[in-house]
Amino acid sequence: MKGKSLPVSYRLAVTSRVLAAVLGGYIVAALASVSLGLWLPMARAEAVVIGMMTSFLAYLVAVLWCFACRSAWQAWLGLIVPSLVLAALSGLAYWVGH
Amino acid sequence: MKEGFRQAMAWLHTWAGLIFGWLLFAIFLTGTLAYFKDEISHWMQPEIPARSVTSEASLTLAQQYLQQHAAGASRWLIDLPDAREPGLSVRWQQTPAKRGERGQFTEKRLDPQTGAEVQGRETRGGDFFYRFHFQLQMPYPWGRWLSTIAAMVMFVALISGIITHKKIFKDFFTFRPRKGQRSWLDGHNAVGVLVLPFHLMITYSSLVIFMAMVMPASILASYKGDVRVFYDEVFPAANTPEPAGKPGQLAAMAPLLEQARQLWSGGGVGRLTVNNPGDANATVVLFRDGADRVVHDFGSALTFNGVTGQLLDTTAQQPLPMAISGAFYGLHMGHFAGPVLRWLYFICGLAGTAMIGTGLVIWLGKRQLKHVKSAVMPFELRLVEVLNIASMSGLLLAVAAFFWANRLLPVDMAGRADWEVNGFFIVWGLSVLHAMARRGRAAWVDQLALAALLFCAVPLLNAMTTPYHLAVTLAQGDWAMAGFELTCLGSGVFLAWAAWKMQRSAHVRSVTRTPRGQSIALERGAH
Repeated sequence: MKGKSLPVSYRLAVTSRVLAAVLGGYIVAALASVSLGLWLPMARAEAVVIGMMTSFLAYLVAVLWCFACRSAWQAWLGLIVPSLVLAALSGLAYWVGH
Repeated sequence: MKEGFRQAMAWLHTWAGLIFGWLLFAIFLTGTLAYFKDEISHWMQPEIPARSVTSEASLTLAQQYLQQHAAGASRWLIDLPDAREPGLSVRWQQTPAKRGERGQFTEKRLDPQTGAEVQGRETRGGDFFYRFHFQLQMPYPWGRWLSTIAAMVMFVALISGIITHKKIFKDFFTFRPRKGQRSWLDGHNAVGVLVLPFHLMITYSSLVIFMAMVMPASILASYKGDVRVFYDEVFPAANTPEPAGKPGQLAAMAPLLEQARQLWSGGGVGRLTVNNPGDANATVVLFRDGADRVVHDFGSALTFNGVTGQLLDTTAQQPLPMAISGAFYGLHMGHFAGPVLRWLYFICGLAGTAMIGTGLVIWLGKRQLKHVKSAVMPFELRLVEVLNIASMSGLLLAVAAFFWANRLLPVDMAGRADWEVNGFFIVWGLSVLHAMARRGRAAWVDQLALAALLFCAVPLLNAMTTPYHLAVTLAQGDWAMAGFELTCLGSGVFLAWAAWKMQRSAHVRSVTRTPRGQSIALERGAH
């Protein structure tokens, strides 16, 4: 966007954000769908359908976050924290046999 | 990306839009055509007459035909004609030689008025556009994945685009024609905002349609990896009784249609399956056609005993979450849409296609301005230019070639349906070569003008190659056929206008290339 004068560090930061958005965002979305599917108090199939439908909104927010935040590190941090929370919630539900 | 939030979103909008823009243009255009897939198929198989007969009459004919020709089959499948798809098609499956094997299928198309077999020319018809729209002519499941990924990128581009244009409604009322780059931007905003609800609906629903494929983690977690159980719970299969082994006389099926209509409060039957038709335990399963409501329900079915006509089983009411996802499916497909709403879908689809197209043009136009003085364009800009031309005007040429191939290839040619598709891709490929060989503006003008010619001449081509020309179809009131040709004619006129504009603006640009004009256009170069 600014010609050929961009430093390598800038390019690496953009690449890192893209990876965070595509891969990290998918993981957040998938974990959100798993948590909803396991925790929502309704029939299993219905909870799974709601989880899947909602996951794309989580993906969207994650991608926007990755490009809106101040640095690439922050982008990753903002995905890792919710991933850990969602993974813990899912794991809890899974092992309790919710 | 140290700038503010809005600039960051503008950056995301620009680059996500560029990288997937060409693919999305093709997905949107073919998807838009798919709203009229039955009408396109009807034009491409003019031998199959359009008739309006009741479902009861068609079903009686189908039953007579099948009892004569497929009495010993293990299963009959009957697709009833409707207002848009006039063909009555029957299929049957032979009893397999060994238990557990799949019996062979035979398919015939019948004239819904006489019950005689009809042989249309071999073609993929409108189904080609429908399939290309989400399979992209790739092997399963790669095309579906790629188109769903493109849908997610579209979703991101839409939302980031909305954030970028904070003055979204004010912008909508500003259109500054004949201002070059600025007019393109105003046009992009106008088509984007005008049909924004459609864009959001169509993009999000495309994700919902393939959600179980692209986001299966929750199914795996909730069902401990057994995906089959999930599908059994979502689509409970009707249990069909085993054949009794005693012969039985199948009752007339036509009265079952009225019974279904009552049970479904007016909903019609789209297709039927008859299991073990010659047996005492024959069952008839009626599937709902979905034309009467938005919410799509895949498995909505009634099962009757084929001999006694007794109702055996009905599928349960859809739970709310399934109804929501079914509603997104139904809204995306538009099966419920009548003629007016269908045209509205078509127009919204075209607006979406135009939004993507104008976006690609803006991206390039803005960057080209910096290189107006130098004779050579940088490689990456030239690449974008070639891809823009081939993905837009080239695709239009390919669509025209597909229709032309349908009329020009010999009717009894072997593999003719495949050659129609090959024609589509050969012409699309040639458009890439042509765009590489010619300078940008000239390539646009050539391809748009040729596409205009091909589309305008479609009614003429049809009149020369078949007896079903416009005067005949208009007199008969065959609006699907006549409407197709009039739409081609209209598209041709529009493309001719576009080619003429492009030609003229090329002249104007070369005359008034002043530094002042550039600075005005560069003002808006924020994204």
